[in-house]
Amino acid sequence: MSIEQLSIIGLASLVSISCSLCGVYLVLRRLALISDAISHSILLGIVCSFFIVHDLNSPLLILGATLTGVLMVYLTEILVASKRLKKDASIGLVFPLFFSISVLLINLFAADIHLDQDSVLLGEIAFTPFRLLTIWGYNLGPASLWVMGGILVLNVVFISVFYKELKLTTFDHGLAAMLGFFPAYLHYAFMAMVSITAVGAFESVGVILVVALMIVPPATAYLLTNRLFPMMILSIVFGLASSLLGYSMAFYLNVSIAGSMAVMTGILFLLVFLFSPSQGLIMKFLTFQQQRILFSTNMLLIQLLEHEGTKTEKTENTVSNLIVHMKWTFKFANSIVSYALEKGFIQRHDDRLLLTSFGREKAKRVIVMDA
Amino acid sequence: MGLDVLSLNYTLSIVMAGSFILGISSGVLSSFAVLRQQSLLGDVISHAAFPGITLAFLWMMTKDPLGLFFGALVSGWIGTLLVKSIVTYTKLSMDTAFGIVLSVFFGLGIVLLSYIQRLPTSDKAGLNSFLFGSASTLLLQDLIVMGLFCFIILVFLGLFWKEFKLLTFDTSFMSSMGFPVAKLDMLLTILLVMAIVLGLQMVGVVLMSAMMIAPAAAARQWTSHLGLMVFLAGFIGLLSGCIGTLVSNAIPQVSTGPMIVVVISIMVIISLVFAPHRGLVCNWIKGYYHRVNIRANSILMNMLLFSESKTDPYHCHQLSALVAIGRGPSLRTMLQLKRQKLVQNPQDDLWGFTELGYKKALTLKKSLYSQSHEH
Repeated sequence: MSIEQLSIIGLASLVSISCSLCGVYLVLRRLALISDAISHSILLGIVCSFFIVHDLNSPLLILGATLTGVLMVYLTEILVASKRLKKDASIGLVFPLFFSISVLLINLFAADIHLDQDSVLLGEIAFTPFRLLTIWGYNLGPASLWVMGGILVLNVVFISVFYKELKLTTFDHGLAAMLGFFPAYLHYAFMAMVSITAVGAFESVGVILVVALMIVPPATAYLLTNRLFPMMILSIVFGLASSLLGYSMAFYLNVSIAGSMAVMTGILFLLVFLFSPSQGLIMKFLTFQQQRILFSTNMLLIQLLEHEGTKTEKTENTVSNLIVHMKWTFKFANSIVSYALEKGFIQRHDDRLLLTSFGREKAKRVIVMDA
Repeated sequence: MGLDVLSLNYTLSIVMAGSFILGISSGVLSSFAVLRQQSLLGDVISHAAFPGITLAFLWMMTKDPLGLFFGALVSGWIGTLLVKSIVTYTKLSMDTAFGIVLSVFFGLGIVLLSYIQRLPTSDKAGLNSFLFGSASTLLLQDLIVMGLFCFIILVFLGLFWKEFKLLTFDTSFMSSMGFPVAKLDMLLTILLVMAIVLGLQMVGVVLMSAMMIAPAAAARQWTSHLGLMVFLAGFIGLLSGCIGTLVSNAIPQVSTGPMIVVVISIMVIISLVFAPHRGLVCNWIKGYYHRVNIRANSILMNMLLFSESKTDPYHCHQLSALVAIGRGPSLRTMLQLKRQKLVQNPQDDLWGFTELGYKKALTLKKSLYSQSHEH
């Protein structure tokens, strides 16, 4: 593997780890779409600061971008507080406006620099190896690696210093406020953190795919665990896996790297969505089937117990009657009857069904449980 | 420049017709999206439609508009179904499901787009314009398809108006009346998807979501009546579509989508500030008159309190004496009361009731008395 590929993979890993760390809290705080809004809005900050400093590599750009991200969050909250618009509508109004203004500014005044529409949307991770950081003549390797590494360190420091506070405000906002933790300040600090991470990631993967890296791996992890720390570890694992798999897919098919990374996060999510042991679709379907059989067997036993020793027993306690009264299909009635036979609850004489003593006990228990 | 621009050439007239259709259909359906608090669903659908466009192109290898629209429609629809099933079957919240579908589908679209760009076909150039929208690439055949979709949307809206109204405001009542709520919900969502897909070529995938929120958000400030709101939203959408397209046509390097979004956002801001009843200015004025009224009434009550200790209710007092018992009778308020002929001041700094003012103070007292005894 060449040094160029290594630096691309390194950057992709740094981006996906930072995004996953922020994303865990975004998903848990139900702010997933705020990340979409922030990643669109930071462009305005980048463009405006570019007009001030005229240098695409200036650290001022990151500062400006972070500020616009926080400003966007503040503006939506003002709109919501004015009670003229609902929260989702406010978010959906502010960020397209910010984004449109920045695209128009790029169109009008920055057509000659390399800040163009496509790089905004798609990112330029493929150019990573060619933009090098040199200080006093020493070549220190790709600049984005340093920037993103710094952002990752910032993320780790922020989360480990405020771990307790973040955990508390995420799960019990009211208690945090009561204990004097200032959840509102922490919220804005966190939003600033998301903005910084989005700025760093934006350069590599573009505006919209930042959202994929921030939301999808934590959501995948959330389907597998209910504990915060394991969820963070798992989402980092999923983030790393999708960036590595995404890169190899892009390499072999010769397609967009950022796009492939997003697709890979989606594929991993889909796999977990189907096969997760607690939340997965397949598991849910099997549990549903199992419960249906257990419940229907109980119904059958109660029916048999109710009519045992009555005059109508001969007509009521038959398989054909189950089809009429329980509205079961022939096939389903037979499968339930054979399940009950197998468990030793009933005996079958042609069409007629009789409770065994074991089955009678079971039926009585079920009725008492119901009452 | 007005007439200059309006002396239409062929391309411009097609573009204007396009923005006309786009404005109406997105405006009308945005009302339902916003009122049902599904504003961000538009964002999801527009991004989810993108891989559909690229797949349809890969399938046909031409930019036949009907095929592209159909691809977008199907993949947008699959996106909404996925959102629904994620929310139903897992503990993930709605906005997380939105984020997942939006970003992954868009990523898929980008992958396919980068694949298409390597193909040796000549017809691929215009696909890029689906990202940010480009009105100038609009052809007559695109216009026909857009018109067809818009017509379908309006017809269904007319046919199911009553049902959609009920669906928006009271679903539980609706299901108790025996309407098939789930099916009607599906129908409305399909119409929403159609309206979004219809605008993709002009406004672009990235910014179409604004078109599904802004017209309704603006219209909502002017009226509280659904029919009027839908009509207004359609009109606002149409107007900003046309203005945005005209401006971006006049300045060649400007993309159409962002321009339309900026114009329509300005409309929203104007509505938020200046609309009657709900507008901020109107609210401020109302609050001001409210405060003035309360001040005037409290002065009348205080004067009545003074008068009750005298035999003559029209006896005059000094302003400083009035100041001493209640909060803030200022000269300004007194002068205002005098203008309304509720008080008189026969001499400098001596103020007393007029007959009218005395009567008003008595009614005020009566109403206050009955209010405090109701509780």
